[in-house]
Amino acid sequence: MRNIWVICQKEINSYFVSPVAYLLLTMFAIIFGFFFWNSVQYFNAAGLQSQMSGQPMPLSVNEYVIRPLLSNISVVGLFFIPMMTMRLFAEEKRMGTIELLATSPIRDIEVIIGKWLSALVLYGVMLLFSAINFAFLFHYGNPDWKPLAIGYLGLLLQAGGLLAIGTFISTLTKNQIIAGAATFGVCLLLWVLEWPSGSDSGTWAKVLAYMSVITHFDSFSKGVLDTKDAVYYISVIFLGLFLTSRSLESLRWRS
Amino acid sequence: MITVQGLTKRYARTLAVDHISFEVKKGQIVGFLGPNGAGKTTTMRILTCFLPPSEGTATVAGFDVLEQPMEVKRRIGYLPETPPVYHEMEVQEYLTFVGKLKGMSGQSLANRVTEVAERCAVADVRSKLIGKLSKGYRQRVGLAQAIIHNPDVLILDEPTAGLDPKQIIETRDLIRSLAGDHTIILSTHILPEVEQTCEQVLIINKGKLVATDSVHNLQARARGAESVVLEVEGRNGSLDAQTIQHRLETVNGVSRVLLKEFRDNRSVFEVESLKDRFIRGDLARAIVESGWNLNELRPSAMSLEEVFLQLTGGEKAAEEPTVEEALVQGEIQ
Repeated sequence: MRNIWVICQKEINSYFVSPVAYLLLTMFAIIFGFFFWNSVQYFNAAGLQSQMSGQPMPLSVNEYVIRPLLSNISVVGLFFIPMMTMRLFAEEKRMGTIELLATSPIRDIEVIIGKWLSALVLYGVMLLFSAINFAFLFHYGNPDWKPLAIGYLGLLLQAGGLLAIGTFISTLTKNQIIAGAATFGVCLLLWVLEWPSGSDSGTWAKVLAYMSVITHFDSFSKGVLDTKDAVYYISVIFLGLFLTSRSLESLRWRS
Repeated sequence: MITVQGLTKRYARTLAVDHISFEVKKGQIVGFLGPNGAGKTTTMRILTCFLPPSEGTATVAGFDVLEQPMEVKRRIGYLPETPPVYHEMEVQEYLTFVGKLKGMSGQSLANRVTEVAERCAVADVRSKLIGKLSKGYRQRVGLAQAIIHNPDVLILDEPTAGLDPKQIIETRDLIRSLAGDHTIILSTHILPEVEQTCEQVLIINKGKLVATDSVHNLQARARGAESVVLEVEGRNGSLDAQTIQHRLETVNGVSRVLLKEFRDNRSVFEVESLKDRFIRGDLARAIVESGWNLNELRPSAMSLEEVFLQLTGGEKAAEEPTVEEALVQGEIQ
């Protein structure tokens, strides 16, 4: 447990002494700020229209602002996650520091969880930037906070799964760019797997849609905590971390 | 402290280490010597539990590297060929991090970091980024990292590679000063380094252990007899080198006298003894009693380099002219 924290702390430090963290956070803040502005704009316009129509309908902030924005974060995350994980092991392999970790009295799994957790912390910090925007909604409106909290939980679970996959891919190469590009490819694939189900209701389309990370975010964005979806994300996390540990082990037997 | 038996490591196509067996006693400095690609690094990686052996066993401080890797790892400090440093960390931060990895914490760790930084002469750069340091400093940070938890066994892979001559001497002194408390294995392909630092040598070539002995014995073994270099000068007037040579040849136990140089009334000879005979005293007496000056008398120990070439089958290489020799010959022709 202590070792996990030692590794995690070191990784968080290295995110924040290099420009990586600042770059990601700034980019996210700008992109999400734009989404937020756009969304609120749309909400206002819709509100105005509903009043003009003579039969004013109460519009839910949760429904019209928070929910689409949460889905947006989920998609934007797919682009940011490779940048968070590509370094984790590729850099250690390139610099030879993996030898230090491998010859210290610390288990592989502690290194892996420490590193994965540090990426998750960075993602969490990134989510905080979106929370600043949401705070305005609470100041000027009266949205329900519970769906938002569940949405954030879903985002963390989803990111956890993708970060675990990214961590695994990072053990496969010494080259950060390759690790990043491959992770991006996998993230993108896991997103678009859901598309065929839009027009096709066959078994294969269903299977593919089930494998897609986006499908499972739907319930979370609605503020529904569905065990089935949570289990999916947790399995992806376990799968990713398990593959990482296998990959690290095989590194030793092979090289 | 370290016992290795029948250690073998196979990679996909190559046999990197081939049934090596040796033993290192507590407090010794052992030099691991061999040409590049001989299997030094592989053996060290097995000892540090970085790689598993394909066959055979290795134990460090009584713990098997495969069965109880955690116990082994707790007891070794390892400096790989490239120091495993994080460029974005400061020296002090890095040493603290490594200390924590090795299971240290709190005030004792802080004290130890200060102590080790001073011992390895990196205290003056402790708040600099490692990425900004010169190679020499980085190497010493690597060494500091290896000894931070005061391990029983230190494994150093080419600790002086890439350093300048002054740093090499400092690093060797540092390593020597660590002996006694620590058992040290260091690998190198630089022969004088072994002669100067180590007590015991393991020579490895193409994955096989070709010799294991003390530095002193290895040199003796290669020749089996004493060999000295003499410089003799006539006291008044010119002195014929031939006369001296004849006199030296009559000294008891001398097998061969070679005139190496004659200039300005000074002659330099190389004298070899018969096997197991000590001739230095007799030689000195013979010269002084003949009324000549003995300017110099030193043992010309066969350098480890020659032993090494002999043992690793480098004779062939020695027969071929080196680049310089080839150049000189070319010029003459």
